[in-house]
Amino acid sequence: MVEASRIDVSIEHKHAPEPPPKKHPNTCPTCGSHFRDDELDAALRVCTHCDHHFPVKARKRIEQLADPGSFVEEAAELRSADPLDFFDLRSYKDRLAEAEVATGLGDALLIGSATIEEQSCELAVMDFSFMGGSMGSVTGEKFARACESAAAAGIPLVSISASGGARMQEGILALMQMPKTVCAVEELHESGCALLSVMAHPTTGGLLASFASLGDVLLAEPGALMSFAGPRVVAQTTREKLPDDFGLAESNLRFGHVDAIVRRSELRPTLARLLRLFGER
Amino acid sequence: MANDAEIRLRDRLSKLSGLDLLRGARLSGELERLKRQIDRIEAEPTDEEIWSKVELARHEERPYTLDYVERLFDDWFELHGDRGRGDDAALVAGIGKLEGRTLALVGHQKGRDIKERSNRNFGMAYPEGYRKAMRVMEIAERHGCPLATFVDTPGAYPGVAAEQHGQGGAIARSQAAMARLKVPTVACIIGEGGSGGAVAIALADTVLMQENAIYSVISPEGCAAILWRDAGERQKAAAAFKPDAAHCLELGVIDGIVPEPVGGAHESHDEAARLLGAALADAFDGLEGVPQAELRARRRQKFRSMGVLA
Repeated sequence: MVEASRIDVSIEHKHAPEPPPKKHPNTCPTCGSHFRDDELDAALRVCTHCDHHFPVKARKRIEQLADPGSFVEEAAELRSADPLDFFDLRSYKDRLAEAEVATGLGDALLIGSATIEEQSCELAVMDFSFMGGSMGSVTGEKFARACESAAAAGIPLVSISASGGARMQEGILALMQMPKTVCAVEELHESGCALLSVMAHPTTGGLLASFASLGDVLLAEPGALMSFAGPRVVAQTTREKLPDDFGLAESNLRFGHVDAIVRRSELRPTLARLLRLFGER
Repeated sequence: MANDAEIRLRDRLSKLSGLDLLRGARLSGELERLKRQIDRIEAEPTDEEIWSKVELARHEERPYTLDYVERLFDDWFELHGDRGRGDDAALVAGIGKLEGRTLALVGHQKGRDIKERSNRNFGMAYPEGYRKAMRVMEIAERHGCPLATFVDTPGAYPGVAAEQHGQGGAIARSQAAMARLKVPTVACIIGEGGSGGAVAIALADTVLMQENAIYSVISPEGCAAILWRDAGERQKAAAAFKPDAAHCLELGVIDGIVPEPVGGAHESHDEAARLLGAALADAFDGLEGVPQAELRARRRQKFRSMGVLA
């Protein structure tokens, strides 16, 4: 019994203790500083005291990166179907409708053409607030279209990922978005265009194991979690003590899985420099 | 096989058709609706049937990759190591002859007894395994021999070292390597097709699946723990995301189902191997003579079109 009490079964239990009350989204989880919306936006949603990088929604990210007014959205009309009639505690249709109302987005990925410091590129930006940035059929389709638009225009594709992985509610079809996006990247590369992949917090599971890892250049934001399996899964499966920086961008840099960690204030100039280097075909 | 819902529907239907038609059109509309529902229930496997597939796919006596290799391949030579860091016993690779044709083969491998199971890490590969797979894909490409892959894994191993060695990137690059191949490729899910660890070696021209295999985005336990907050709800989870071969075929994810001996592949390894061997030979025959560039374009187009939009 003493042994048994050491095993943490909390997530396998219906009556798990309530999680601690959520902090206000504008309160820094690292240092506790609190910001007004406009303060945080002016600082590119980075804590001015401790440099914690807050999550950025897709439209806001495009505002931060693209030249004003240059973004032209594509494939905005695409919506998910519910091929499995999926129902867990609520139906997938309800979850989708709710996500659309809450975020104003049709899916977890926004794509379109833009310029960054006057360099043309195609953008594919994920939004974690839409069902955890999970990748379903629409996400995969939009990413593939972004690859095709970039290839047709002969310009690089910049992807910004923030995703928990494949969207379980679409079952095996969600898994198939991995090979789908991989094939799209292969075609993009064969047309001579570059993929610049930026990983924001978090880039995990199916995203990391498909297009996000296939960039010609891989950049990460400071402190971003980028692991195939999340820390909770790893801890529960292996019962190992995880290193403090498990799966973080800093650890991935050390092990050689990304080219650079770029602070948000440096992201736009860094991408512009890479766009100049890879340039138009 | 009739479940409660079906019995209730049939009951209602017989009561309705017994009534005289005073209420006319509305009633016949109702009859139509009930008949449609019954047809649908009859066609759909029940939750129990789906769960029995999960259990068969994980059966302890189910044949694994090397059991098939032993029965199907002549002059088999196993290749070891990723030429970088190590040799992963959870994923085996090699070359051999199948009905006179030299093939390269990559497959997950589970263990039979406790010791072998832990040595093979329950068929959960490290990035080293996927790098070994990519190395063997290169050999296939260089020498123009077709590639077969056998998928049988609960998933890629979720461990600290696996992450540090680049699990996500290795899975992505293994898929990319398969997307680049110009030789014919056939994948077969022979047991558990668990998530990214499975799809890493399943981006093939023809994807087959054994009758009692499963192919899924996450394990039923994992899905239940996340969506139901209770791993005990795994049967409900499996029924919800439908990992069985019939559904995968219906959704266009696989190209064909390979029959198994009555009761499942574990009932007769020899018979299961014979059926799998025949299906593989058929699949490679079907890909023979397709020009290399077309083969690859077709493969990419197939995966490019997967998914369902509203």
